[in-house]
Amino acid sequence: MATNLGGLTATGTVRVHRLVRGFGSRAVLDGFDLEIGAGEFVALLGRSGSGKSTLLRALAGLDSDVDGSGVIEVPEKSSVVFQDARLLPWQRVLDNVVLGLRGSNAHERGRAALAEVGLAGRENAWPNELSGGEQQRVALARALVSEPELLLADEPFGALDALTRLRMHDLLRELYARHRPTVLLVTHDVDEAVTLADRVLLLDSGRIAVDLTIDLPAQRSHRQPQFLAYRETLLRALGVNHSEG
Amino acid sequence: MTASVLARPQGTTTPSVRKPGRRLKPGRPIPLGAAIGPFLLLSVWAAGSAAGWIDPRTLSAPWTVVTTTGDLIADGRLQDNLAISAQRAGLGLVIGTVIGTVLAVVAGLSRWGEALLDGPIQIKRAIPSLALLPLLVLWFGIGEQMKVITITLGVFVPVYIHTHNGLRSIDSRYVELGESLRLPRAVFLRRIVLPGALPGFLLGMRFAVVNAWLALVVVEQINSTSGIGYMMQLAREYGQTDVIIVGLVLYGLLGLLSDGAVRLAQRRALSWRRTLAD
Repeated sequence: MATNLGGLTATGTVRVHRLVRGFGSRAVLDGFDLEIGAGEFVALLGRSGSGKSTLLRALAGLDSDVDGSGVIEVPEKSSVVFQDARLLPWQRVLDNVVLGLRGSNAHERGRAALAEVGLAGRENAWPNELSGGEQQRVALARALVSEPELLLADEPFGALDALTRLRMHDLLRELYARHRPTVLLVTHDVDEAVTLADRVLLLDSGRIAVDLTIDLPAQRSHRQPQFLAYRETLLRALGVNHSEG
Repeated sequence: MTASVLARPQGTTTPSVRKPGRRLKPGRPIPLGAAIGPFLLLSVWAAGSAAGWIDPRTLSAPWTVVTTTGDLIADGRLQDNLAISAQRAGLGLVIGTVIGTVLAVVAGLSRWGEALLDGPIQIKRAIPSLALLPLLVLWFGIGEQMKVITITLGVFVPVYIHTHNGLRSIDSRYVELGESLRLPRAVFLRRIVLPGALPGFLLGMRFAVVNAWLALVVVEQINSTSGIGYMMQLAREYGQTDVIIVGLVLYGLLGLLSDGAVRLAQRRALSWRRTLAD
């Protein structure tokens, strides 16, 4: 049973201290420390098995069946976006969005959230009737409708095609600019990390190998030399033998 | 693209007339095809009765059955017996469904519930409900109580089995979603567990309805003084094959109607997955 001493932070900061998580005798995270400031957009890169999903699930409190110890402090209001949209197929789109909401204006807020992700008018559709990208937009709306202080996203665009993914990047940046939650985005895509985040953490065997602050304007492109430099650094740290030309 | 098509040697172009391949599909559906078999059977029966090949003591003629139905309705026997039968089956069905569903939810959501309930119900499942009849008669007599309990026992098992199965097969990712949204238990039940188990429940209901009629037939032929089964039992003593056939037709209609009702409910309730299944 993973015990989380510490508790809830009010301002949207995330603090992890001496976190241990493992499966059986294998420790995935062993004495892991991390601090994320309020409103920071952090991308967590790493190869499979590096512990990035384990960390995200620990922060989301979804690992009650995993052994471990340590201190986790997260905002009380946090939301999770999974790799699959994870919409309930038997609930219409709007009901999926307001699933975690209470109160009389839940439907109003749900409608507004759907409009924000560009799905106004699809409130009464069944999830099965939407494309993969649209389903993931609904999942984003569901995550943001509760106005979370922390958004945890576990490879949210991993299952989408390249074109849809680019559009989702724009949407996520836009939503982030408007709501300013703290974001922890798990991804294995270096370009995605550099495009979206203000700080990229590279996780290797359960520890932070690279902690890179991305100093780029909001409008980012692969043509910016600095973008390419960040990309090079991260790819090299990932052990990709990347030679151009 | 065009260039490559033009460059293609002439010999490889497909011939304009293609021999039809061997057809493996059964072909186009025959209009009103489902009615042909029963109609043929009915005509053989009618022809046999008219020509005198079928002894009316073995099997009454179709028109005798029709007039007998009229007589039975005229003196109210049919309605009375049908009402009492429907009441028994309906009562057993309702009680059995409620018990089956509640037990399935308890066993599906708690390990203790499963440990306590699942074993005995699986054992019960292995014993045909009708085999319990001697015991039930000893315990509850031969009155209405015994009849409804027998039907209930036949109903709750398939409802339990399929609802429980439906609950267990709910994707654990949805449970995780509920945890991540911190859903209160009641909301989790109402929005995730029950709708998720609904397909299983409705499948169980289809078996339950069949079992309810089956149990009804049996209990009404044992020491009964009312109901369709009793009407048929009495007809046997007087050698009235026409009344027996009226009873059989009634059972058939009731079975068809109730199965149709459950299927309709299934279509309505599961409209979200219609795009895939239907």
